[in-house]
Amino acid sequence: MTALDSAPPDTTVPPFPASAPQQPRPVGTIRTPDVLALVGSLAAAAATTGILWTQLSPFSGILGYVVVTWCLFVFYYAMLVRFDDNRPTVRDRVAAVVVHSLAALVLAALVDVIIYTVVKAWPALVHLNLYTQDLATTELMDPLTKGGILHAIIGTLIEVGIAMGIAVPFGMLTAVFMHEVPGAFARLVRTVIDAMTALPDVLAGLFVYATLILFAGRGLLKWFGPGFYGFAAACALAITVIPIVARASYVVLRLVPGGLTEASYALGSGQWRTVWHVTLPTARSGLATAVILGTARAIGETSPVLLTAGVSNVYNYNPLHQPMMSLPLLAFISEQKPPGSPFIQRGFACAAVLLVLVLVLFVTARAIGGRGPGQLSPRQQRRRAAESHRDLARFTRRQGAHIASGIPWEGS
Amino acid sequence: MAGIDSSAGEQPSSAIDPRHSAVRRNLRARLNWSDHAFRAIARGGGLMVLVLMVLVGTFLTFRALQALRKAGWSFLTTQQWNPGAGSFGIAAVMVGTVLIASVAILVAFPLAMGTALYISEYAPYRVRRLLTSVVDLMAAVPSVVFGLWGAFFLQWRMVSLARWIHDWFFWIPLFQVRGVGRNDTSQTATYYTSSTFMAGVVVALMVVPIASSIMREAFSQAPPGEREGAYALGATRWGMIRAVVLPFGKGAIIGGTMLGLGRALGETIAVVSIISPVYIIQPHILLHGTSSVSSLIALQYQESGTFAVSALMAAGLALFAVTLLVNFVAAVIVSRSRSGAMSEA
Repeated sequence: MTALDSAPPDTTVPPFPASAPQQPRPVGTIRTPDVLALVGSLAAAAATTGILWTQLSPFSGILGYVVVTWCLFVFYYAMLVRFDDNRPTVRDRVAAVVVHSLAALVLAALVDVIIYTVVKAWPALVHLNLYTQDLATTELMDPLTKGGILHAIIGTLIEVGIAMGIAVPFGMLTAVFMHEVPGAFARLVRTVIDAMTALPDVLAGLFVYATLILFAGRGLLKWFGPGFYGFAAACALAITVIPIVARASYVVLRLVPGGLTEASYALGSGQWRTVWHVTLPTARSGLATAVILGTARAIGETSPVLLTAGVSNVYNYNPLHQPMMSLPLLAFISEQKPPGSPFIQRGFACAAVLLVLVLVLFVTARAIGGRGPGQLSPRQQRRRAAESHRDLARFTRRQGAHIASGIPWEGS
Repeated sequence: MAGIDSSAGEQPSSAIDPRHSAVRRNLRARLNWSDHAFRAIARGGGLMVLVLMVLVGTFLTFRALQALRKAGWSFLTTQQWNPGAGSFGIAAVMVGTVLIASVAILVAFPLAMGTALYISEYAPYRVRRLLTSVVDLMAAVPSVVFGLWGAFFLQWRMVSLARWIHDWFFWIPLFQVRGVGRNDTSQTATYYTSSTFMAGVVVALMVVPIASSIMREAFSQAPPGEREGAYALGATRWGMIRAVVLPFGKGAIIGGTMLGLGRALGETIAVVSIISPVYIIQPHILLHGTSSVSSLIALQYQESGTFAVSALMAAGLALFAVTLLVNFVAAVIVSRSRSGAMSEA
C-alpha cells in the first residue's frame, strides 16, 4: 500500500476464524413495562371473563372460559403496548404471545397425555400381580388383584427383539450404502426409503397378514402357524422400522468429518477398512441413538401387531406358533371392553408401561447420543489416550529390539 | 494396497502451485477384493429395501385384483362395505379419511408452526435441546396411548367446543348436526363424540411433532448473517422472522405439513379408538360416526373369506397410492427448499 510495506510487519492480525460456527446473538431483553403490560392485561382479561361468566351468564364451561380469557388477553395486551410503542412493536408483541401460547398448548397436551394415562393406570399399577401374572384365568369383571400383563410384556420384548434383529442390520446396511456408494441407484433407494417412512403402518400389517398369516402352515410356510404368530408381527414391525433406522443412521453418517475418512484413505486403507475402522466407530453414538429411537417406535406400533400377532391371554415364548400378545395390542383390546370393567384400567396400565419403556429408551438415547460424531466423553478420551500410549510403547519396544541404545525412534 | 490412487499426470507437480495448475489431477479409486465385496453387499442391502417396497406394492395390487375385477369402477363410487354381498367401495371411507386428515392438518399446522418458531427463535438457549427432545418424545408416544387419551378424556372435554361451533356456524353445511337444534342443550353429549372432528384433533396432536421437527430444523438453519442484517435495519424480532426465517423455511413448512398430512391419512389405532364406524359419506364433521380406510382395514381384517381380504387389499392399495403421492410431493418440496433440511426420523 505504501512505500513502507517492504519492512517486516510489526503487528500480527489473527486470521479470521472462518471455520468457527457463527453464533446467533441473544436479543431478548426483559423490560419492566413489558412485564407490567403482560400481567395487567392478563388480570384484566381474567376479570372481564369472570364478569361475563358469573353475571351475564349464557356461558359455562372451563374450556370456554380459558379461550375467551386468552382472546381478551391478546386484545388488552395489544392495546397496552400501543399506548407506548409503534405498530410494528405491537405486531411483534402479539406474535410473541401467540407463539408462546401455541408452544405451551402443545407441551400441555403432551404432559396431559402422560399424566392422564398414569393417573388412570395407577389403581392397576400398584398391584404387584400386574407384573407377575398373565390373564389366563381372569374373567371380565375380576378385580385388579387377579391377573396381570406379564405375557404381553414378554410378547412385546420377543417381537421387538426379533424385529430389531432384522431391521438394524438391514437399516444400517442401507444407510452405509446410501452414504458410501453414491450414485443414481443410491438416490433411488433414498427416495424409496423416504416413501417407506410414510407408509401407513396398517399396510405393513396387511401385507404380512396376506403373505405370512393367510398361508401359514401351508407350502413354504409349513413351519409357521397356522393362524397368527409372533414372528409375523416381528416382520411387520421390521418393515415399519427399517426406513426409520436407515434414515436416522444416514443422517448420522453424513455428519462424520470428511477429514477423518480422507486421512484413512491417505494412509492407504481401502473403502471397507475405512468404513469399518473409521466411519462407523466415529458415528457410533449417533448410530446407537438411531437404533434406540427405532426401538421406541417399534414398541409402540399397534396396527401391524393387531393384524398379525393375534390375541392371547397366556404366556407364549414361541414366536413361530400360536398368537402372541403384546402391550399396545392388550391396551387396545382392553379399551374395548364394556365400561366399568377393570380391564379398562389394565389397558391404561399397559399404556403406562409402554410410556415408561419409551421414556427410558429416550433418556438412554439422549445420554449416549448427545454428542456429535467424533466428540468423546472424558472416559472415552482417557481410553483413547491410553491406546495411543500403548501404541507408542509398542513402537519403542519394536525399535528397541533393533537399536538398544535408547535413541527415540523417528520412524526412519 | 487400495485406496485412492492419485497420479499427477505428466506435470512435475512440485514445480507448479496446484491451485493455479490447469491440469486436474487424475483421481481414480482402485478397489481391492474386500472393497468390491463390501460394495456388493451394501448394494445388495439397498436392493433388498427396494425389493421390499416393490413387493408390498405389487403384492397389494396382485391380491386386490380379484376384488377390483368384480367391483369395477363402482369400487370408487360405492359407499357401503359389504364384500359378502358383492357391494363394496371406498367412496365413504376415502371421504372420511380425507376429512379426518384435513381437520388434523388444520389444527396441527398452527401448533407445529408455533412450536417450531418457539424452539428456534424464542426459547432460552439452555432449554432448546431439551425442548427438541421433548418434541421428539411426543413423536414416539405410542398411537394407542393417544387413542386412549382421546377416547376417554379429550373428546368429552371437547363436547362444549363442538356444541359452540355448531351453535354459531350451523349455517355451514360441514358443521351441521342432524337431530340437534341450535342452542339445544337437552341432547346428550354423545351426539358430538366419536366424530370426524374429535378424531381429527387427536390425530393433529400426533402430527404436530413430525411437522414441527422438520420446520424447526429449517428455521434454525436460517443464516445468522441475514438475521443480524434484519436487526441492524431496525426490525423487531417478528419482523426478522417474517423477513428472514419464514422465507428461508418456506419449503420446509410446506413439506413438513405435507409429511404430516401423509401421516394423518394413514393413522389407524387412534382413529379406531375414537370413531364409531359408519359406511356412508358423512360430511358433517361434528356428528357422531365416521370412517377411514385404515380403520376399515383394522376393523374388518378378520373376515375369513379370501374375497373379503382381497377387497381390503384394494382399499389398502387406494390408501397406499394416496399417501405415496402426498409423501413424494412432500419429499420433493423439502429437498428443493433452500435449507435442504431432512428430519431425523
